[in-house]
Amino acid sequence: MKIGVLALQGAFHEHARMLGDLGAEPVLVKLPHHLEGIEGLVIPGGESTTIGKLLREYELMVPIRQMAQDGMPVFGTCAGMIVMAARIQGEPEPHLALMDVTVNRNSFGRQRESFETDLDIPEIGEKPFRAVFIRAPHIESVGEGVKTLATYEGRIVAVREGKFIATSFHPELTADDRLHAYFLDIVAGKR
Amino acid sequence: MALTGTDVVKRGMAQMQKGGVIMDVVSAEQAKIAEAAGAVAVMALERVPSDIRAAGGVARMADPTIIEEVMKAVSIPVMAKCRIGHIVEARVLEALGVDYIDESEVLTPADDKFHINKKAFTVPFVCGARDLGEALRRIAEGASMIRTKGEPGTGNIVEAVKHQRLMQAQIRKIQNMSEDELVAEAKNLGAPYELVLEVHKLGRLPVVNFAAGGIATPADAALMMELGSDGVFVGSGIFKSENPEKFARAIVQATTHYQDYELIAHLSKGLGTPMKGIDLNTLRDEERMAVRGW
Repeated sequence: MKIGVLALQGAFHEHARMLGDLGAEPVLVKLPHHLEGIEGLVIPGGESTTIGKLLREYELMVPIRQMAQDGMPVFGTCAGMIVMAARIQGEPEPHLALMDVTVNRNSFGRQRESFETDLDIPEIGEKPFRAVFIRAPHIESVGEGVKTLATYEGRIVAVREGKFIATSFHPELTADDRLHAYFLDIVAGKR
Repeated sequence: MALTGTDVVKRGMAQMQKGGVIMDVVSAEQAKIAEAAGAVAVMALERVPSDIRAAGGVARMADPTIIEEVMKAVSIPVMAKCRIGHIVEARVLEALGVDYIDESEVLTPADDKFHINKKAFTVPFVCGARDLGEALRRIAEGASMIRTKGEPGTGNIVEAVKHQRLMQAQIRKIQNMSEDELVAEAKNLGAPYELVLEVHKLGRLPVVNFAAGGIATPADAALMMELGSDGVFVGSGIFKSENPEKFARAIVQATTHYQDYELIAHLSKGLGTPMKGIDLNTLRDEERMAVRGW
């Protein structure tokens, strides 16, 4: 199955590699015509300001939003979470606005405060997930249809709403592919 | 337990910058222009490299006031430069909260034998390199990101091309060697065996590898991507051009779409004059910044 990886900037190769290892066919998305035939989309970590700007510049915003609203599953990590949020604190305008959540950008501080830790994500199994937080956002509040998948020190750091999932941290920087497998299950209609 | 300053966290930060453009800025106003143009980070400086060249004398860490102003002005990461071997400048930058430190040959070296032990820091470092041996020595000291040195402040791409081509050729050579040959190759390169072995297995550097030094046009940025760079630093090239906003946007787009030549043609139209360059043959040996570093 073809899975798009938004490749404007950021850690897109790492996502593509992980999806490929799981048997999916990753497609790098830089322009609207790259969206043809994809069954799911991953929005990687990077700089959300930059990615949001380039989404508009390359006219990807409208088609991606349309495809997602028509049922295409989307998985966002870190900057991807910010790009998917309906509300961004301190910003007048959201980007794709797919998920009914409010995010707080860089809520864990600057780079020197970035960290890695073990996280419980019951949805994908008992084994803790090694989560890498880099200038990471967190979710301040969620709407009714949003399920919290993980929290860290009381802050929401992973969520699911229908076919959309988003994490504050970077599963693509680890060797643990369970969240990507979980996403592919959503695409396949198994979850 | 949460761990800060690990290799994964420090190298991961650079991975988030891939495919992007990091721009030199000397004020909050320039930082905002860079951010609006789509830069993934800014390098806060007192002077851009071409002005450092022009000014002569000893070039040092920027005034913290400038760095703090830039940090307040933008939400993208802020980097800053310290002198090679200047542990205290680096500690000061870390205390200010910059997101990345460039231990840079653009400034006058503070130590003529040793670089900073970057493993001792929580904040990640980027360092310049002309070849694979130099890159691996910096990584051994704890650098989490490498960039070519090029010849900063010249607007002349030839040295950055030379450095990136050499590094990629050396990586391919090591990748194709048998393991028996790696110890001797490590000796030739002046690099730790463990890192040479890692390059042999990965077929690339174990950290992100950007291009820097002399990038002045969208086509220059795309050329460096074509040669295998993970992203680009643009120093004097933007704010020494006739139209910084236009140049900044065009260089960002050319970096993302580096193989879309029609787009690059379109981006290159009517940009105005790029920074005035320097023919490297006119530089005296002591004016070359790339040779600084050990």
